[in-house]
Amino acid sequence: MFQQALALTTRDVALARRQGGGLGAAFGFILSVMVLIPLAIGPDQILLSKLAPGLMWLALLLSVLLTADRMFQQDFEDGSLDVMAMAKLPLEIVTLAKVLAHWFTVSLPLAIITPPLGLLMSIDVGQLPILLVSMVIGSLALSLLAAVGGAVTAGLRRGGLLVSLLVLPLYIPVLIFGVAASSANLSPSSSTPALTVLCAITLMSLVISPWACAAALKAYLR
Amino acid sequence: MVIPLRLKAENLSCERGGRLVFKDLSFDLVAGEFAELRGPNGVGKSSLLRLLAGLNTSSSGRLSLEGGAPDTNLAEQSHYIGHAEANKPALTVRENLVFWQKFLGGSENANSFSAFKLEALADDQVLLLSAGQKRRLALTRLVVAHRPLWLLDEPTVGLDTASLIILQNHIHDHLKNGGIVIAATHAELGVKSAINIQLGKAA
Repeated sequence: MFQQALALTTRDVALARRQGGGLGAAFGFILSVMVLIPLAIGPDQILLSKLAPGLMWLALLLSVLLTADRMFQQDFEDGSLDVMAMAKLPLEIVTLAKVLAHWFTVSLPLAIITPPLGLLMSIDVGQLPILLVSMVIGSLALSLLAAVGGAVTAGLRRGGLLVSLLVLPLYIPVLIFGVAASSANLSPSSSTPALTVLCAITLMSLVISPWACAAALKAYLR
Repeated sequence: MVIPLRLKAENLSCERGGRLVFKDLSFDLVAGEFAELRGPNGVGKSSLLRLLAGLNTSSSGRLSLEGGAPDTNLAEQSHYIGHAEANKPALTVRENLVFWQKFLGGSENANSFSAFKLEALADDQVLLLSAGQKRRLALTRLVVAHRPLWLLDEPTVGLDTASLIILQNHIHDHLKNGGIVIAATHAELGVKSAINIQLGKAA
């Protein structure tokens, strides 16, 4: 069972590398947001650095959302999903394997790239480690929750907007505790409670999301 | 003692989009038998194959497969080759096959390329292949992992005469080894069918 899931993850990573698209567009989005925000807010460095964690999280969250509608669409359209649904491997594991591939190829790279970009908003360098840690943890939850939207809209041609409407409410806890963890003042201990809750949210998504995705995909099989 | 394979369908009915496609369909197939599914367009041939593959949930009736591997359901013992071919255009022929071989739990098998004469194309991206070559790649899935029941939805579409003969040989081999094949087709497959499942009224 593990080998089959691994084969699927490997294939999806290879596909993402070959096709490009997802990560490039999402990174372009983050970069343009980060460049434009200081221009929009003005040269007040104190204000900027205060707003930075929240805006960075928002940019990360929205950029992951951009890639959500493609997560299951191709497999649905080309019939791969049919073959996977017939196999002994439960559809829950299939979705989990695909989500992990999405995390490796989209969310995780974005979570690693985003904190250094915060320097454009004159964020304190000492804040970068906690931002990185919280974003890496939160990014898995972002992938997992995006998959739910992707699964629900797998059979829709233009599901992009619907995905946003479906997934954004689910992103709210990640956003709140992600920002709380990374904008707590510089002592590491003060961010521990929020970081713990963020871990809990990620773990909870890990349990619920594959099940929800599989249920949504099964509804398409007819 | 090995129980021979036997696929039994009783009173199947199938619904699609709230419309009853067919009802009260029964048939009985044993190991080594080939069933040809015939009928005009839209009469439910594909729906029946999807139903057998466990991909149609809004259906009723009884389906059973005796004598297969234990603890596996009908879908897990079937190969389904539909109109959507489940090939990834961005990957090469080899990558596609290796993935399905691993995913479907097939054994490491070097002849899978030769099953439908794809050796020369092994390192080409699938998006460069012609329709017939893509179909051959999809059909190769039949041999990368063993499944006793083959469900083929118009397998001949796009195939040239040489490939058609290869397909016939694979079907013959599979039947000889105690498998069951059900194919929906409009063209002559050239395989002697044990039963013809006629769907719908002949117009």
